[in-house]
Amino acid sequence: MDTTLTMPEPKQVARGATMIELRGILKVYRAGDVPVVALDHIDLDIARGEMLSIIGASGSGKSTLMNILGCLDKPTRGTYTLEGRNVNALSDRQLARLRGRRIGFVFQSFNLLSRMTALEQVELPLIYLGVRNRRRLAMRALASVGLADRWHHKPTQLSGGQQQRVAIARALVTNPAIIMADEPTGALDTKTTKAVMETLVRLNAERGITVILVTHELDVAAYTRRVITLRDGNIISDAAPGRTNVVAFPSAETRREPAPEAAGADA
Amino acid sequence: MIFLDTLRMALGEFTTNKLRTALTMLGIVIGVCAVIALMAAGQGASAGVTAQVRGLGSNLLFITPASTSNASSGGVRDIRRLTLTTADEAAINDPSQAPYVQAAVAQFGGDTGSTTGNTLTEQFIGNGQNTTASLAATEPAYQQIRNVTMAAGNFISQDDMTRKTLSAVIGAQVAQDLYGTPAQAVGQQISMSFGPRFTLNLTVIGVMQRSGGPNDTTVIMPLTAFEARVPFGRSPTGQHNVQAIIVKVKNGYNLNTAKAQLTTLLDQTHTTQDFQISSQNDLLATSQKVARTLTILLGAIAGISLVVGGIGIMNIMLVSVTERTREIGIRKAIGASRDNILLQFVCEAVIVTLAGGIVGVVLGVGAAILANGQTFGTGTTVTTQVSSTSVVAAFAVSVIIGLFFGIYPAWRASHLDPIEALRTE
Ligand SMILES: Nc1ncnc2c1ncn2[C@@H]1O[C@H](COP(=O)(O)OP(=O)(O)O)[C@@H](O)[C@H]1O
Ligand SMILES: [Mg+2]
Repeated sequence: MDTTLTMPEPKQVARGATMIELRGILKVYRAGDVPVVALDHIDLDIARGEMLSIIGASGSGKSTLMNILGCLDKPTRGTYTLEGRNVNALSDRQLARLRGRRIGFVFQSFNLLSRMTALEQVELPLIYLGVRNRRRLAMRALASVGLADRWHHKPTQLSGGQQQRVAIARALVTNPAIIMADEPTGALDTKTTKAVMETLVRLNAERGITVILVTHELDVAAYTRRVITLRDGNIISDAAPGRTNVVAFPSAETRREPAPEAAGADA
Repeated sequence: MIFLDTLRMALGEFTTNKLRTALTMLGIVIGVCAVIALMAAGQGASAGVTAQVRGLGSNLLFITPASTSNASSGGVRDIRRLTLTTADEAAINDPSQAPYVQAAVAQFGGDTGSTTGNTLTEQFIGNGQNTTASLAATEPAYQQIRNVTMAAGNFISQDDMTRKTLSAVIGAQVAQDLYGTPAQAVGQQISMSFGPRFTLNLTVIGVMQRSGGPNDTTVIMPLTAFEARVPFGRSPTGQHNVQAIIVKVKNGYNLNTAKAQLTTLLDQTHTTQDFQISSQNDLLATSQKVARTLTILLGAIAGISLVVGGIGIMNIMLVSVTERTREIGIRKAIGASRDNILLQFVCEAVIVTLAGGIVGVVLGVGAAILANGQTFGTGTTVTTQVSSTSVVAAFAVSVIIGLFFGIYPAWRASHLDPIEALRTE
């Protein structure tokens, strides 16, 4: 509880080691009588320090995948190993701590708390971690996104781009290993999109934070070297440096229908 | 650390929702206020009754006709039920028969320590004013037995008894209501009537000092004059009937022993045990039991309002959880566990009830103090007595109610699915 987090000096991270390992991830939503297969047998490895985009049409399962990666949701079937730990087996408290300590979220709609100042927003994750010198850490995180002089502003007093940068500061204040950004630029214009994307690229390059970016805009995906394309809950392409389209389009007969008990388990 | 931060967050929540917080608190404020004020009224009544019984004098035994199963209203209009006579009184006053008795006095009306006897409470008119008081026809020894001190004039004397004078010794409240001051009352006329047929006109010869007891609203007249004027007849043996005999036992003599000995003494002349003897302690026990029941009843009614306040809290909390679903999702995404969310909402509920409790205690105690000694409508004076127990209890109950009615909404909040919570607009 009294763990003191210190802001890391930009340090060399052992890049390349496997950090995230998804095996046979299936996610079925049960909306009414019809089960919806949001993710259909996803296998995915993500290395430490990587920056990648997940693209796909609306409804292709990007957010569902992101929520599972971010430990906000559990798969109907399949295993998720994060930094060597089996996420499926963790308790609510362990998951909360994992989210607080290792993962930072950035959302399309910013998801700031309307009543709080920028500084208070950024302090919040530190409160749940029980960190002591959090005002200083929060100010530093705000400074690193260029908003030190706006610390006392509430969300309504900030532009969209500024709000998203507060959200990024909130995501990185705990010095996370991964930043998950679900359409972070979806509500921003081109100019602020550029600023936000450059911030994320810089965090990845300077601090070695693994950045997973969900987007449906190809020019945003262009900021990352690896691009994963989803369609109907399947990975249809995974273009990484030195690799091209390792996953083939699944043919109709290889696509699985969810087993009835698997569908029931999610309800 | 998390706990303090949670408290701080809860307080922040209230400052942004001031009106809602105030209205939620109001339920608890009213509940706690009602518990404390009503309990104070109940306990005040209880203390008042106790003081009245104590104010009758000390070492007293009250001999009254036994309550029979076919007894109706009892009292002077029901002559057949008057089983005590002046002969009984004479026997009790005889030192050779009852050496432990210091004095005994017979009485009609007034406060006879009996819950069934008629206190002859009627309207008295004097000086063009009227007031409600109780007529007590008795003897000079009454003054000694009931520790009466005079504010003006004299108590009834043996001479008044012999001459059957129509004189009256009145209580301080009666004097104030009719004549202003005790001194102005002496020599004035006072009259009362039982129904249309019978009127008594008396001359005030003395005013009793204010005691806070029943004597303040009593008009005393000589027993002999009363018996001469009021046709209540005689017993078959030619003795005068009396409504009650009040006995003062000598200091240091055991009251229960005296009670037993008096029973034996009266049994010699009474063929059946048609009388009952009760001590002050008996009266005290009965009246305190009544007062305690009253207090519990009032407390229970007020307690219900406290529960209603608690339900109000639960209602608002549930609305608040629904409204803040997205906030809960955000908090969970950035690292809040279920426990953190639970603690946050429980804190909010407890703080609201705690604050409501404090305001309620202040208002309740204030109301009780303001109401104390006030006279309402029909001339009933309210006495209140705030006890620290009721304050602590009301306060503790309000916090427990906050916990009880806050936990379910908080549990709902803590178990919200973060994904669902983030998806809501
Ligand atoms: N809570 C839910 N209940 C039912 N169906 C859902 C739920 N969440 C997502 N879905 C469905 O799962 C599929 C994938 O959704 P999502 O992951 O949000 O797609 P994307 O983010 O790529 O637009 C969609 O068909 C969507 O309707
Ligand atoms: Mg989406």
